[in-house]
Amino acid sequence: MDLFSRLYYKLRRYWKAIRLYLVIAGPGLVVMVADNDAGGITTYAATGAKYGFNLIWFLLILIPVAYYVQEMTVRLGAVTKRGHAEAIFDGFGAFWGWFSLIDLMIVDWLTLVTEFIGMTSALSIFGVAPWITVVGVVTLMGIIVINGRYWTWEKIALLFCTLNLIYIPAAFMVHPSVSDIFKDGLIPNFPGGFNGELFFILMANIGTTIAPWMLFFQQSAVVDKGMLEKDIPWGKFDTLVGSIFTVVVAVFIVILTGAVLKGVAVDDAAQAASLLMKTNHYVGAFMAIGLFDAGLLGAICISLASSWAFGEIFGWAHSLNQKIKEAPWFYITYFLTLITAGLVVLIPGAPLVLITLFVQVVAVTLLPAALVFLILLLNDKKHMGEYCNSLTENLIGGFIVMAIVILSTLYGVSIMFPKLFN
Amino acid sequence: MASSINRLVRKIREINHRYSKPHIEMTPLVKISLMALRVYLLLIVGLIIYKFVVTLSAGQIQ
Repeated sequence: MDLFSRLYYKLRRYWKAIRLYLVIAGPGLVVMVADNDAGGITTYAATGAKYGFNLIWFLLILIPVAYYVQEMTVRLGAVTKRGHAEAIFDGFGAFWGWFSLIDLMIVDWLTLVTEFIGMTSALSIFGVAPWITVVGVVTLMGIIVINGRYWTWEKIALLFCTLNLIYIPAAFMVHPSVSDIFKDGLIPNFPGGFNGELFFILMANIGTTIAPWMLFFQQSAVVDKGMLEKDIPWGKFDTLVGSIFTVVVAVFIVILTGAVLKGVAVDDAAQAASLLMKTNHYVGAFMAIGLFDAGLLGAICISLASSWAFGEIFGWAHSLNQKIKEAPWFYITYFLTLITAGLVVLIPGAPLVLITLFVQVVAVTLLPAALVFLILLLNDKKHMGEYCNSLTENLIGGFIVMAIVILSTLYGVSIMFPKLFN
Repeated sequence: MASSINRLVRKIREINHRYSKPHIEMTPLVKISLMALRVYLLLIVGLIIYKFVVTLSAGQIQ
């Protein structure tokens, strides 16, 4: 009896903790899963097709990288009650503020175009015309935000996050060799030696793990959700769950393409889906659905990151808890970004490949700045108080930031000058 | 249209005034970081512009 009652109370305690987590869960999980956007899926599909299971260990290393960077935005948002754009303006003055805001606007818009490229090419596999995809996506995203509640938006976004798990059954359906996954994937190795091509793939994987919009998005989401200092441990836990989730999905994409398409040159995820369809129709369909979902989730978050940032600086009402009448400029920015990005994809002969590459290049001008500001703001004792970075956090965070800055810069440079690393 | 632009310009001036001074404590580390960031951005933006001009003059933009 005693044992049963203890077990009962223990289970009740766990259930209570799970329920509490489900209330707090959101910004960390959504931002991390949205990080597996259309560009991310392409990178992982290309990684698996090129190197099989051999780089799974590298993806696992990215869990703490993503966590340590993003958890800083949770603390900053919960303590200062300010979004990242406003924090930069206030902390470093108007020059750096405008630089970050305008750069964010350009990077977000270009990234949004790449999300539409991913979504239209994914649905074209099922015979859906690009204009139908664009109209459908804009309408759907309008419906999601128009209800005027952050909570509803977040739960719908979480629903799309679960669809990201579609790569897991797809990977199981191709029956990969588990022993090969463990043998090749979990022991650090550089397949074919450390050369320019491998370096490019590693940098691309890092580049898809931390993007500038993620910092702005999560901090603004933490503020819009109304998280307080006492919620920080849950916010951190949410970020950790999100970073594990996103890497697990990435690993399964690598397993999927590594098992079926190894040795095939994959340029984009839609091409991978078409190739997979020839082997197993359902697996290819899952890949295409996953790509569409990834693009949609990326678009949902990226368009909001810009709207939040502009609202913070221009002093417009900028919360999903406000209706269109209460926050007109917030929603105008949101829809304007969305519709113009969608229209670009529909322009016949638009330089879509160039845009995709340009996103990565422009991102390297914003990412280092945003990361440096993040570390400096987290060391501002006056505003952060007891939530200031500790020495250990500074050492870990500083090391990660330096590594990301160097590698993302090299990635940007290698896109501009492809022959440099060969 | 003209009044909207005027309003926007006024708003931008107001923002510039509000954030005219950085509120973070300007320790030597902060100053060095911001200086390094300026140098980094000058270099990377220079590279991007160079690449853009080279691509444009070679007529490679699709």
